[in-house]
Amino acid sequence: MNRQTIRNNGTALLFLGPWFIGLIVLSLGPMAASLYLSFTDYNMLQAPNGIGFENYVRMESDPRFLKALEVTFTYVLLGVPLQLLTAFSLALFLNRGLKGLALFRAIFYIPSILGPSVAVAILWRQMFGLEGIFNELLSVFGVMPKSWVADPSTSLYTLITLLVWQFGSPMIIFLAGLKQIPETLYEAAAIDGAGPFRKFWNITLPSLTPIIFFNLVMQIINAFQAFTPAYIVGGGQGGAIDSTLFYTLYLYIKAFTEFKMGYASALAWVLLVICGVFTWLLFLSSRKWVHYES
Amino acid sequence: MSRVYAANKGVTAIKTAIAVIASVAMLYPLLWMLASSFKPQHLIFQDLSLWPDVFTLENYVNGWNGFTNITFGTFFKNSFVVVLFCIIGNLLTCSMAAYAFARLPFTGRNFWFALMFASLLLPHHVVLIPQYILFDSLEWINTYMPLIVPKFLASDAFFIFLMVQFIRGLPLELDQAAKVDGCNHIQIYGRIIVPLLLPAIVTTSIFTLIWTWNDFFSQLIYISDPRKLTVALALRAFMDTMGQSAMGSLFAMSILSLIPIFVFFLVFQRWLIEGIATYGVKG
Repeated sequence: MNRQTIRNNGTALLFLGPWFIGLIVLSLGPMAASLYLSFTDYNMLQAPNGIGFENYVRMESDPRFLKALEVTFTYVLLGVPLQLLTAFSLALFLNRGLKGLALFRAIFYIPSILGPSVAVAILWRQMFGLEGIFNELLSVFGVMPKSWVADPSTSLYTLITLLVWQFGSPMIIFLAGLKQIPETLYEAAAIDGAGPFRKFWNITLPSLTPIIFFNLVMQIINAFQAFTPAYIVGGGQGGAIDSTLFYTLYLYIKAFTEFKMGYASALAWVLLVICGVFTWLLFLSSRKWVHYES
Repeated sequence: MSRVYAANKGVTAIKTAIAVIASVAMLYPLLWMLASSFKPQHLIFQDLSLWPDVFTLENYVNGWNGFTNITFGTFFKNSFVVVLFCIIGNLLTCSMAAYAFARLPFTGRNFWFALMFASLLLPHHVVLIPQYILFDSLEWINTYMPLIVPKFLASDAFFIFLMVQFIRGLPLELDQAAKVDGCNHIQIYGRIIVPLLLPAIVTTSIFTLIWTWNDFFSQLIYISDPRKLTVALALRAFMDTMGQSAMGSLFAMSILSLIPIFVFFLVFQRWLIEGIATYGVKG
């Protein structure tokens, strides 16, 4: 290395110093440590003992782990597509021939800002509770009142509703994408005699595939890590017969109420692998359906 | 021609009407909570109306008194302190890192940048437990250090990425002119780049505020001392101790807890929406 390179690296280190320390102390180091802990029986009291793959093997016969997987997969695989479909439809609807777009865009965005809070989770728990307004609304149609939050067959769907309700932020990204599509494409298609469906299928949809892809990756990763609504609605546990036991909630219970840090670390690594596999599969499939402008 | 125009006008009117109805439906739960917070406790349940027949402030008075002799004033102050330091940390260290990635030549820049980008997709839970053990050994449990210190180590890679994109859009001639005038990198960063970074600084500040204010998971893990609870933790504790009998007060405090982020949203919504549209910010 010559003198100039050394000087450049020195300057860079000055600016990157905090980030670099963070990378080692808060990311890479802890990642290595949690991988190590996942092969131990660490419980915060005694020094960790190596137990090989036992934590991972044990998961297979842990009913709460299996339940948490089922609940989380249902939440992600049902909630995210519904949320994105809502976001996409409303973006298409708002895009043209509407006065006050900026106002509606802002209104539809409000649930995305306020939705992740404890306050809204409390509201949801009340709305879908036995004495909640949802029952009051349904009583008009003669439906018998019940607690939608406490009934294990419906509790998860109240949380999926909460996720779908927060469609504002992907909707704004879709709207920004729609504005990018050149008008000339539609004009050319109109000259060729294409109707609205053909225009949608051959121009709008392909042009938006990169944005659909981006939203899918981001929302899936976020949904896998959802915690607050499940914690509040289920009262810090997994709700009735663990029907709302989100994966992160189970991890929290294992780590911070039972202090089974070894097992919880293994759970964290399984979550990492699941998120990684999903992202990888999406990237693989993207070659088949995502169109990038060349 | 005029008939087409009239038809379009009709379509616009119908679409606007649908959009208004959808907006009201979307906001109904929030408006209902707002209205209920002004209703007497016994009238809250099974009253769908958005206008209280009997208007009272007792929910706010009772709620503000909090629990175990600690008022919500303390909890709000705690949340604001955490948010303030998180914003300072993010602005300072993320902008420094972004300057290096965007403007400085150094060994392995692409590698480090890729690593930074990859950390965006990393689930936080995989570093959670060792971080907890580390902060515990530093005796930082029940302090705000575990919430604040990571922000001073540029741990929110998303904001680095946002600022890198922004700095790359600034003309290089500015740097070169400053260099000719004898500025070093610290001066270029402080005098040229940071002032021009204002839009990214505003976006970063608002999103840090919203995410930190809404954050529940990290605060739940690190803070349990009643005097140190943040608003999010206090609401949950209030719900657990009071239950259904104090739903009015719980609603009143929930509404208060939403006001800071809502006000910032109203004031800065143009920045927020442009920020999402440009960089694809999550929730």
